[in-house]
Order: sequence, then structure tokens, then C-alpha cells
Amino acid sequence: MTYLLKPQLHHPQLAANSLGFTRRDYEGSVSTLCAGCGHDSVSAAIIQAVFELELPPHRIAKLSGIGCSSKTPDYFLGNSHGFNTVHGRMPSVLTGANLANKDLVYLGVSGDGDSASIGFGQFAHSIRRGVNMTYIVENNGVYGLTKGQFSATSDRGSKSKKGVVNHDEGIDLVSMALQLGATFVARSFSGDKAQLTPLIKAALQHKGAAFIDCISPCIQFNNHNGSTKSFDYVREHNEAVNTIDLMVERDPIHIDYEPGSTKTVTQHDGSVISLHKLAKHYDPSDRVAAMSFLQARRALGEIVTGLLFVDPAAEDLHASLGTVDTPLNELSGAQLTPGAAALNALNATLR
Amino acid sequence: MQSVTRINDFVVKFANVNGSGSASANSLFAKSILRMGVPVAARNIFPSNIQGLPTWYEVRVTEAGNLGRRGGVDLMVAMNPQTWDRDVAEIEPGGFLFYDSTKPLPATKFRSDITVVGVPLTAMCNDKYALPRERQLFKNIVYVGALAALLGMDIAVIEQLLAEQFASKPKLISANVEALEMGRAYAAENLTPLDLRVQRADKVGDRVYIEGNMAAALGAVYGGATVCAWYPITPSTSLAEAFTGFCEDYRTDPDGKARYAIVQAEDEIASIGVVVGAGWNGARAFTCTSGPGISLMNEFIGLSYFAEIPAVIFDVQRGGPSTGMPTRTQQSDITLAAYASHGDTKHPMLFPKDPGECFEFGALAFDLADRLQTTLFVMLDLDIGMNEWLCEPLAWDDSRVLDRGKVMTHEDLESGREFGRYLDVDGDGIPYRTYPGTHPDKGSYFTRGTSRNPYAKYSEVGSVYVDNMQRLLRKWDTMKTLMPSPIRRDASTSAAHGVIYFGSTTPAMDEALLVLEQQGVHLDALRLRAFPFSDEVMDFIAQHERVFVVEQNRDGQLRSLLINEGQIDPARLPAVLHYDGTPITARFIVDAISKLIDEAPHPMRQAAE
Repeated sequence: MTYLLKPQLHHPQLAANSLGFTRRDYEGSVSTLCAGCGHDSVSAAIIQAVFELELPPHRIAKLSGIGCSSKTPDYFLGNSHGFNTVHGRMPSVLTGANLANKDLVYLGVSGDGDSASIGFGQFAHSIRRGVNMTYIVENNGVYGLTKGQFSATSDRGSKSKKGVVNHDEGIDLVSMALQLGATFVARSFSGDKAQLTPLIKAALQHKGAAFIDCISPCIQFNNHNGSTKSFDYVREHNEAVNTIDLMVERDPIHIDYEPGSTKTVTQHDGSVISLHKLAKHYDPSDRVAAMSFLQARRALGEIVTGLLFVDPAAEDLHASLGTVDTPLNELSGAQLTPGAAALNALNATLR
Repeated sequence: MQSVTRINDFVVKFANVNGSGSASANSLFAKSILRMGVPVAARNIFPSNIQGLPTWYEVRVTEAGNLGRRGGVDLMVAMNPQTWDRDVAEIEPGGFLFYDSTKPLPATKFRSDITVVGVPLTAMCNDKYALPRERQLFKNIVYVGALAALLGMDIAVIEQLLAEQFASKPKLISANVEALEMGRAYAAENLTPLDLRVQRADKVGDRVYIEGNMAAALGAVYGGATVCAWYPITPSTSLAEAFTGFCEDYRTDPDGKARYAIVQAEDEIASIGVVVGAGWNGARAFTCTSGPGISLMNEFIGLSYFAEIPAVIFDVQRGGPSTGMPTRTQQSDITLAAYASHGDTKHPMLFPKDPGECFEFGALAFDLADRLQTTLFVMLDLDIGMNEWLCEPLAWDDSRVLDRGKVMTHEDLESGREFGRYLDVDGDGIPYRTYPGTHPDKGSYFTRGTSRNPYAKYSEVGSVYVDNMQRLLRKWDTMKTLMPSPIRRDASTSAAHGVIYFGSTTPAMDEALLVLEQQGVHLDALRLRAFPFSDEVMDFIAQHERVFVVEQNRDGQLRSLLINEGQIDPARLPAVLHYDGTPITARFIVDAISKLIDEAPHPMRQAAE
């Protein structure tokens, strides 16, 4: 792998957001993933989402584990601090970073090996703690960097490129996230930017554990007949429950994608999610209904995408711990050290 | 039987059943002696169990202030039938046995060379109390009352301690005082005082009596730690719990908000992950654990070393390997911590000698970790961590400023200072870092465990990798000058031999040095307080023919670090090793060193010892 510089020049008429940043200011290094990789589409959607949300790039911290997906934070938000941690342990590092400074926006990028296999425990515990983060799994059902082994999200009966049939049950991370108490749960497809970008925007605005399972086919090792995570398979079996649009107060835009009923959800920070319902009887504010809907559709071989559940009044780990408003990493010595008088008083109780 | 009266210099051992409420009564006994101005060294010897297994509490009464474990027992308070035989066998000839005489025991259960003192504790409590729980709990206080009379302790001191202990529950004060009096009166009326006496003295001074885990936790509060992530494991659990308590007391805003965040993680891997994340983001963070936890944390420790992220780990060592002896003490994580993780790694360690240094190093650890941008270990052990020790009052200088190390601020970046995350601008191997979110377009970088150039860009070029590894060695050399220096104590006359020791071995070593000196064995002594070793350590070794290395593990772990880091001839470092899980004693050290001194140097045998 080489480090490639992108040309700094760009079109003079490139649109800028209210902070004066163009889309290019949210980009990173040139991707070293395979040409056509679904993960690059996810990176592009992240760039688009943060640009549209008009977030200052340096106020985002991007963290990842190990694997193809976990390399991607280098390829977007070049002015953000990034941390490529160890395999399967991004969630704990993100949790610690979040505890240190509650004022940054935390974006965790992981893969199915990283989150469903080696890091299944950390995935689960970060979600049940309600860490304020956007947790995206770029899910291709395969180990790409080590050339094509099954991962824990590979569906039972799916076939590897070498023709081996997977005999283990696949883990459905979306169902797990719902069960673990995630307060924002979505699934999308890297090939559907129109659906994915607003989901990422809504997740970034959500105050709590926001999880997005993004099916992102591996064009080298999992895009063949017999795979259930190939472009063709996902397109044929996708059942979208809704498409959404996120409206931030300062910049309300409403675009009706499809005819049908529309439901709006106001999040903690005042942002409004506008849901365009495609599936009948689908209500994203009902966790139990979402779980049973997912299972029913899974039994039919369908992959449900869209915003599956959101709790707009969610609270995060800092609320549970009752931490002060000032980020912990900004507290001064005087605010942290009780001083000699307190110590002398304590000494007196130890005699 | 004739015996000489011993004043303020004997060992009492309580043999109890775990979970019977004996711990607080035994602690009351020890504290009463302290309040009489006589130093004590008390140690819990407990099983990995909540209820039912044997547990012991050993109190060394020592006006001379020898705070190490002595070994041997002068008075056994045998309250556990399960361990009766071994408890009776442990009493020194001429010693005393105190027991519950409610149920008669055959003569074969006793020894002829000891004095036996029986008090019908169960019968007395059954008469007095109706509830089984009361019978059980007050029996412990009754024996404290009887012992007070037998040893000549001041009963008013004990009553005062009870009043302090139950200040918020006055009913319990009178109930306990009543039980205490019942025991005292029985002994006064029916028994003769023992030839072991506690006599008021003035040898405690303003010293405090505190557990190392508690002191280390307080050090973390004073050191400015704001994030703690931990997973319960004996013997470190009480450190995290004490940190929680102190934070509630000292770090709560008037509106109830917390100036700290504590997470009980799902395992030790997540604990150190949280610490690394918080350290990366500019908060002072720590975890506390024991050997098995360090084993699990290895990968993250390597990341912290290579990506240069501050982290503090309190390792309260216990008996290994594997689950080992989880409630016994050892210094057996030394090589594990020193070289944790794959690849070429090494990590600084601090070795506190007592709770006082647990506090001092507990605070200092955070300054050093920030300054050195790496994982730093504070190596406690169960003996220091979970026992109350008498030590100098904890002290803090209000003019002290937390050293956050080399951090570039928004202003630094704005002024045009060059920033390279791994760039050695000062020649000390320590680069500058930035906290995430500092500046809109300067100072951001991508942190990774993979090889990279001084500007944090990924690189697999061999020379770039080697330059970085060499810089890490320069940082290692810088550390040697920043860590606490060793404490040297020379013999009264010039000595050919030296001794090196550290941590909880200190009080036993202090006592052993006195005894050896009296026996005409002169040794210069060096107490190590940190790894990496400073030049003083290597100079000390060079100045002596042989240097005994005293430690509490099987393999001479610290000795192997000395050999490895200092390229020392192993034959010059005879090992003195104690690792049965009990704290090392002066008797053991004196015996081992005396034998080694008598032997001619024999490289192979000493290397194998």
C-alpha cells in the first residue's frame, strides 16, 4: 500500500456549505481498496452526509478496528483525528474517547469480521451502554484482507468463491442491536446512496447508540452466484421499509421521494427525520414490532432496509453516569485534585 | 511451664471460618493495639471463597516497628475446627493456644509445650443471645474482650473504637461493648494473664493505617484521573471500588454531576480499550487488574507502546500462573508487564514499597504516562494492596501542577510550529501530540498500530520503520532519568556484597539487614523503585562482587530483567526467592543470604536457583 496525495486543486465553483467547506474538504486519502468496493461507496456517503450536515470536520473523531472496512476512515474526513485500533476492539476505544470528550461526534466504522466475530462482545456492550456514536458495520459476509473466508454474518447455506458451503448460522447484527437496546437501528446497502446518506445524517444527529448495518458487497470474494451478500442478490431481495430524509432545523429541506404516507420524528437535538413509508404497517418507533417484522421477512429470504427503529428521546452513557457538562479532558488540576487540606482530614480518619 | 514475658513483641494469629464476621473483630483487635501507641503489622490470609473455607488473620505486635511478616505464632486464637491440627502445630514452643472450650477436646488434641487457655465462647453466647446470627457475630467480640484481659490491653481504647465504628448506629455500640465486657470479665475472673503483654508506648506517631489499594486509588484521584474502566478480579477490585468512593466524595459538583467516569467493563480487554481511547483523547485514564487481566490486555499494551498513547495500569499481583493462588501474594508479573505484547516492546513500571508509595506513585503515574506517552504499570501486590499497613501520613503539595507532557495546543498550531506526531524535535525520543478536535485544519493525524513515518503516514519502508524503533529506544533512555531513582542504604562498614529488592519485600528486608548486621554480615542495599533501571542500579551492581536479588516469585523475574537490560553476568546475581504465596519474612531472607554467603560462588548452581 502506498500513500497517495490527492491534487489540492478543485473546481472553483464547487459548492460550499455554511462553514465555507466544500465536499472536497471532507475527503481523505485516496482509497487503496479494490476498484468498485462497496466500502468506498459508504465512505462517499459519509462524506456527503457530514458535508450536508455542515459539521466542522475536526470535531469528528473516526475510529475503526482491523480489516478492509477499518481502513476506510483514512479515506474520508482528512481533517479529523482518526484511530485505527486493534481487531474487534474499536467499540471500547470509542467508548473511552467518548468519555474523555463528550463534545465531539464519534463515528465508528467496522466490518462483519470485526464486529460479529472477534468483536461481537464489544459490539454488544458498547450498544447496551448507550454510547453516543454512529456505529457503521460495512457488512460483506467475508474476510477480504485474508482472501475470502466466511465471517459470522455469512448466511447459512451461502457459498464461498471457492465453492465451500457455510454450515453455520449467520448473525444478524440488526436484530442483535435491537435486542441490545440500540436507540437508532438501520440497515442499508452501499449501492443505494439515496437511502444510505440520509440514514448516516440521522444517525450522526442521534444522541445515543446509533447502529447502521450496511451491506457492502466484496467484489473480489463475495460477489458471485451463491453469495447472499452480492450486489445482485441484495438488489433482488431488498425490502425497503422506508426511505428517510433528515431535516436539521437550520436548513429544512423536504423532498418527497415516493408517494405514500409520511411520518416525522423529532430527535433530541431538534433535528427532524421524515420517514416515507413503503411497507404497510411498519412503525419505526416500536422496538418489538421491528424485531418481529425483521424475523418474518428474514424467513422469507428478504433483506429489510431502511430506518428500522428510533427512540427520539434516547439518552447516552454520559447521562447514565451523570458527568459534568465540561468535557473531562478539559477539567483543570484544581477541579480534579482535592488538595492538601482534604488529604490531611483523611489522614486523621486513618489513625 | 516457664516463659519470659514478652512486651510489645509477639505474633497473634486468628484462625477463623470465612464469612463468620471475624474480620471486623480481628481488625478491631489490631487497631486497639495501634491506638495504644504500639505498631502492628496485620495480614489477612484468606481463601478464594465467600463463606465456609478457612481464613486467618495474623497480627505482629512490634514496638520496634518491624512491619514485615515475622513467621511463627506466639498466640494462636483457634476458632476453626477444620484447621485445628495445623493451627496448633504452628505455635512456637512455649507459646499459647486460645480456644473455645465449650466442647471438651481430648488431650491428644493439645501440645505439652504450650500454654492452653480455654474460654467457653459458644456456651456464653448461647446463654446470652437468642438469635443465631447474634450468637455468631458477638462471639468474635467476646474473644476480643477476653484477649484484652489476657494481654493487658486498655479496654477503654477498644470501647472508643467501637463508638467510632458504630457512630451512626448507637444501639450497636452498647451491644458490642456488652459483649466485649462479657469476654473481659470471664478472663479476669477465671484466667491468669499471659506472658505476652501489650503496653502503652509512643511508637506510632502520626503514621496512618491504610490499605495499598485504597491509597493507590486516592493517588489516582490526586493525579487527575478522570476515566476508570475495570473488570472485577481479586486482589485489585477494592482499588476500583475505593476510586469510586473517593470520586463520589471529592469529585461531585454541587448539582450532583460527576467530574469522572467509571465503567465496569465486560472484560479486561475492553477495560484497557476504554483507557487507551480516553488517553488518546486527552483524559487521564487507568485500569486496575491482576496477572490474568494483564495477559488479556497484551495486544492493547502493544498498541499503546507503538502508537504512543498514555495509559496507567495498576497491577495488584497475586499468585500465578493461570488462576494460580488468587488470594495469595507474589511478585510474579514482573516480566509479563515489562515485555507485554508481541514484537519488540518494553514498558515502564513503578514498584511501591507500601501504601504511602502507592499513593505517591498512584498520582505520579499519570504525570509519567502523559510525559512518556506509553503504558505505565504500578506494580502492587496482594500483600500491600489488600492489607492495612502502617505508613507515613499521605502528603500533597498544593503548588504541584499536573504535567500533561508534550501537547500542542490550538495556539501552538496557529503560530506555525511544525507538527509531526512521531517527529523527535527535542532529541529525547518523545514527540508532540494533539488532542482530537483541537484545530480545524492543522494537527490532525491518523493513529494506527501499523508502521508509519514521523508525520503519522503509513509506511512499510524498512528504514522508516527502523528510525521509529530507534526513536522509541531513545525515549526508553529518557525514561531512565524521569522515573523515581532507587534508594540506597549502605552497610556500616564497606561491604563486598550487595542486595537488591523492591516492593512489599521492603519491611522484611529492612529487618533482615539489621539482623544480618548483628550477625556480622554487612550488605549494601538498593531498593528499586522503577523500571527501566537507571545508571545508579548498574553502578551499584558493578561496585559489588555479588548482589543478592530478593523477590517473591520462582524464576527470579526482576533478576532476569537486570541480567537482560544490564548485560550482567548471572553468577554475580544470586537469587533469593520466596514464592509460597505468603509474604516474605526477615527470617527467610536472613537464612537464605547466610547460606549463600557461606557458599563459594558457583555460577551454575546460583543461576539455577
